Amino acid sequence: MSEFLRLEALEKRFGALAAVRNVSLTAAAGEIVALLGPSGSGKTTVLRLTAGFEALDSGRILVEGEDVTGLPPERRRFGMVFQHYALFPHMTVGENVAFGLTARGDAGSPAAARKRVAEMLALTGLSGFEDRRVTELSGGQQQRVAVARALAPSPRVLLLDEPLSNLDPALREKTRRELRRAIRRIGITTLFVTHEQEEAFELGDRVAVLNAGRLEQVGTPEELFEKPETRFVATFIGRSSVVPVVWESSGARLPHGPVWPAIPDAAVAEGSDADLVVRPEALEFTARPRPDALPGEVAERRYAGRVAYFRVVTEAAGEIEVLAPPLAARDGDRVFVVPAPGGPVPRVFPRSEKA
Amino acid sequence: MRPSRGRPLVAAALAILLFWLVGYPLVLTLLEALGAPRFTLAHFADFARRPAEWQALWASLWISLVTVILSAAIGVPLAFLFERAEFPGRRALGVLVALPVALPPLVGVIAFLFLYGESGFASRAVQAVLRLEQPPWRLSGPAAILLVHAYSMYVYFYLFTRAGLARLDFAYLEAAKSLGAGRWRTAFAVTLPLLSPALSGAALLTFMTSLASFSAPYVFGGSFRVMTTQIVASKLNGDIGLAMVETVALAAVGFAGLYLLRRTEARSVVGTVRGVAPRRALAGGRFVLAAAGWVLAALLLLPHASLILLSFVPRNTWTTEALPPVLDLGNYASLFREPEHLRPIVNSLWMAAAATAAALLLGFLAADAAVRGRRRGGFALGNALEWLIAAPWALPGTVFAMALAAAFSVHRPAAARFVLVGTAAILPLGYLVRSLPLTGRAAFAGLRQMDPALEEAAASLGAGAGRRLTRIVLPHLKPALLAGASLAFLTSLGDFVVSIVLYTYSTRPISIEILSAMRLQEIGVAAAYGVLLTVLSAAAFLTWGRRA
Repeated sequence: MSEFLRLEALEKRFGALAAVRNVSLTAAAGEIVALLGPSGSGKTTVLRLTAGFEALDSGRILVEGEDVTGLPPERRRFGMVFQHYALFPHMTVGENVAFGLTARGDAGSPAAARKRVAEMLALTGLSGFEDRRVTELSGGQQQRVAVARALAPSPRVLLLDEPLSNLDPALREKTRRELRRAIRRIGITTLFVTHEQEEAFELGDRVAVLNAGRLEQVGTPEELFEKPETRFVATFIGRSSVVPVVWESSGARLPHGPVWPAIPDAAVAEGSDADLVVRPEALEFTARPRPDALPGEVAERRYAGRVAYFRVVTEAAGEIEVLAPPLAARDGDRVFVVPAPGGPVPRVFPRSEKA
Repeated sequence: MRPSRGRPLVAAALAILLFWLVGYPLVLTLLEALGAPRFTLAHFADFARRPAEWQALWASLWISLVTVILSAAIGVPLAFLFERAEFPGRRALGVLVALPVALPPLVGVIAFLFLYGESGFASRAVQAVLRLEQPPWRLSGPAAILLVHAYSMYVYFYLFTRAGLARLDFAYLEAAKSLGAGRWRTAFAVTLPLLSPALSGAALLTFMTSLASFSAPYVFGGSFRVMTTQIVASKLNGDIGLAMVETVALAAVGFAGLYLLRRTEARSVVGTVRGVAPRRALAGGRFVLAAAGWVLAALLLLPHASLILLSFVPRNTWTTEALPPVLDLGNYASLFREPEHLRPIVNSLWMAAAATAAALLLGFLAADAAVRGRRRGGFALGNALEWLIAAPWALPGTVFAMALAAAFSVHRPAAARFVLVGTAAILPLGYLVRSLPLTGRAAFAGLRQMDPALEEAAASLGAGAGRRLTRIVLPHLKPALLAGASLAFLTSLGDFVVSIVLYTYSTRPISIEILSAMRLQEIGVAAAYGVLLTVLSAAAFLTWGRRA
């Protein structure tokens, strides 16, 4: 796939706050890229910079090789779906969807515009809603009108700002699938912001993880989960425990002796203090002590169907979370935690200053 | 939205224009009070030496305080009645009861005169019943002023209390009841404290309006002077230096009031609760309440009924009878048939329309520059713009009329001063200044409430700045702007306080003509003008004004 949208070294400051720091990202034609991060990570600012609502301090934005950095939003031909939808309350559903057609003056005849509106409403499952007032619609319907309105003028890029955050959880999953289907059918290059990992993983072909204005890692969900490149990604994506270790040539040495296999970050020197980030899936229990076993006591068991999450308090390494069959142990049991064969390999990062 | 390059320049030009209109005349007034260019405190010393000045200042203060108490005594119970009780006709009466605030003060004053004055309906009736030689009372002095004030200004308490009650979360009252509090304890320990932001807001608004009141003291005061009438008297006596000092003194009191109001507004934000309004009681006393409501409304509307009746009385046909013997449409016919009578109507209409249009434009531009400018990051001019827009609201109309008279009676183009006094431009300019807070506040509030994402959405759909303005921003602001504009229009249309200082014969507005008709004993014509103003004002208020 060829590169379609290119964000090049984006920088944006708001007063003293560096909201976006040197963020570069590309998206292939038709690709869906999720911007994932905690609140304040700069993901929404990246989206707003791309849309043109904020002016860049430095950096460039290119679409199909055309530099749009200096263009105002109305001339970028990017569609945007807002968090609260921003439907025009004084217009009907049909007028909202038609707004972008007439705004660009390329609607052609009124009949063609009407046809396009009907097409977009059909795409989002709202056929026949043209004359409804937007204030009469449910949250899910408003969200779909917002998508139809953004897609109607055939934008080059679709931008979505937390498009599902205003829906209740039951509706969110269904709407997410419909949204994915609609985007896929049109085949539009899409950038969307979310703070929910599940949403990013299900909707995004690739996920860009942002933290404190910086891009931490871009990759497929599998890559982020299996091969996190930074400590932030390793702890932010999926569940994980952090254990203090010393990195040795044979692996990560835990306090009190056991050595576990792990992949070290490039910055970790042999013999240095480091943090082992280990997923619950990477661990299991053994019945008897082994040289590589970490002893502890089950403090809490959280049942999740075919598996359960066990919070184990160890004497040497603090708390650690283990995924195991629900009957593997009970609250208060003394257990031995060992690496599970075939699980995601734990990562070792330099000891963070916060820890 | 990203800033466009021209915006700061537009904002700066706007700030200069508004300063020239609003701030500059005030500065010049202060300078004249100080005897510029040879600075002296002589005028101030003169002011301080005269007991009459202190009496007028004191009269302004105590009249305003008593007005607040009387207005609260009428407005608060009325608000509880209309918000908490349900009875036939409640909705319609609820609107009617709010009407006096929209009526021109001078019309209210002459309506009172026609009802309760020496030869008014009420006194004639009493005289006839008791067979008295003389009218039973004279409507003059502080009591008459207070009566008119209470009659027109209870509306502030009524509206604020109703709004406060509507916002009050029923859960608080249920909580009090579940804790064992009875009806009175709930009212005094829970409801009233929660209403205190609304009540203090109404109190200050009433105080400020009363402080600025001119018509009632002018018509009823006689030798009893308040600051507003004192200023106009000094000016008529040619004592300009003293008039300027009086203006400064009144302005200072106004600013103190505004400062207090801003502080209460800032505090009231904390107390704002949004909840479910309590259900209206459908108690057994329904018909008693209905009767009380109707009687009250009738009482409040009686002055205007008198006005209407008098407007049908031909000249010199009503002498000693209790009720006028002849009624016809002659007065109205003369308004439109005689050019000298039609002139003030045309004057008032075009001047009010011009002032409103200009105020609408300036108010919107200022709000746009300030609100949208601030959204894009720090913007110092925004505060200055908002202050300039709001200032004429805090200051009595007399102050601005005097300030404009001082600023624009001199030809000094280098100092941006031109002779406008005596020209057709000065009254619309005065109305414009007085209208700025009405349109400006509406625009500021409307823009602040507007979700910035709406404009961004339009931009991302390809709409440029012009299209965003006409298709998104203006439709969104339309209700607020219409409300502000209708208030501005009816205020200008019925204006008396600015007009009496700045009018010329050829640009005399309706209010001035009412006054001269009264002097010429053309009572019917004065009443017909009053009815005309009332109808126009009420129509504007009921159609668009109620949202403001």
